[in-house]
Amino acid sequence: MIPYAFTYHRAKSLSDAQALLATSPDAKLLAGGQTLIPTMKQRLANPQALIDISGLKELSFIRVAGDAVVIGAGTKHAAIATSADVKRAIPALAYMAAHIGDPAVRSMGTLGGALANNDPAADYPAAALALSATIKTTKRSIAADDFFTGMFSTVLEDGEIITEVSFPIPERAGYEKFRNPASRYAMAGVFVAKEKSGVRVAVTGAAPAVFRVPEMEAALAKNFTADAVAKITVPAVGMNSDIHGSAEYRAHLVTVMAKRAVELALK
Amino acid sequence: MTAVSLTVNGKPVSAEIEDRTLLVYFLRENLRLTGTHIGCDTSQCGACVVHVDGQPVKSCTMFAVQAEGAKITTIEGLAKDGKLHPVQEAFRENHGLQCGFCTPGMIMTAVDMIRRKPNLDRATIREELEGNICRCTGYHNIVSSIEDAARKMSAA
Repeated sequence: MIPYAFTYHRAKSLSDAQALLATSPDAKLLAGGQTLIPTMKQRLANPQALIDISGLKELSFIRVAGDAVVIGAGTKHAAIATSADVKRAIPALAYMAAHIGDPAVRSMGTLGGALANNDPAADYPAAALALSATIKTTKRSIAADDFFTGMFSTVLEDGEIITEVSFPIPERAGYEKFRNPASRYAMAGVFVAKEKSGVRVAVTGAAPAVFRVPEMEAALAKNFTADAVAKITVPAVGMNSDIHGSAEYRAHLVTVMAKRAVELALK
Repeated sequence: MTAVSLTVNGKPVSAEIEDRTLLVYFLRENLRLTGTHIGCDTSQCGACVVHVDGQPVKSCTMFAVQAEGAKITTIEGLAKDGKLHPVQEAFRENHGLQCGFCTPGMIMTAVDMIRRKPNLDRATIREELEGNICRCTGYHNIVSSIEDAARKMSAA
């Protein structure tokens, strides 16, 4: 399959990328391209230009800074999955990154690309939301709570580029997803994080966009065990319903994945 | 049109190509390296896996212009001096293929997984093959081939 024609620009730096974006409003950023390129091949997207930021070294880094892990937006999933720093500080984040797509997708796909795309079944939105991440862009810092606005949509403005994401190091965290047997995307994925300020539970894949489950958070704050969430269900109303599973099935999966995520967090 | 220069299987290559040219088409049609296959063309089956600067990549999901300056290895670049790569040899010995269509991608993925995880068990091999589909469902011998290759390569 061949996409519509476009003009390719390789950004030499972040400021070069910003300048290119400013002069070509119909351009799209090419980070890892693992969603954008398939979408362009299906001719569901038709950007006039691509600005390739995949090679920008200034966007590719992992550092532990005090009580947070700060990761450059251009860092590949494979680098996050195998980083000794991430494995030590937030093992659930490394585990999550190691289970995105497949090895070849993980060598191209990036953290920033996944967040900006906000696919309803993507893994990173759940991690960012549960871990109270802060998303830094070329314009501002945005709390994960304010970042995701709906299916494939975020508060990012035209010309705004994610530069890095800061993940506060939790006391414990766990992630588990139930994959669609064919597409391998999460039909329900639950990221649980026990932080100093409380517990946060974020769900991806089950609904049109990532969401938190306050009832589970309250129960886990009192008693951080799988049993604490075993009887808490999310309403089926608002869940995705398609040939792969009904809304009721997905709602059920949320509880099961939440239990397993808590078990992993306790390991 | 954009000019690209890269190294493919150790040989420098330059061409003037349309920006939208996918790497897999560049390899197959411009360079006539047809060992890299196009299966699903939707980033799922892995028949098009090549190595870009040592990393496994689905070449149907990368533009050739992105490979400027990169070192690419395709299935044609594995054998050295007429001698099969140990993973190719293991696929032959263990009959790790049926129709053979997925084999180039399976082998490129296998070479990368053995590099990253020299002590592979069968469960890990199956997990690592997440992005490679064999529509003959010949996974049993594919897993055996990779297990055999990993063992022989770590002993060597």
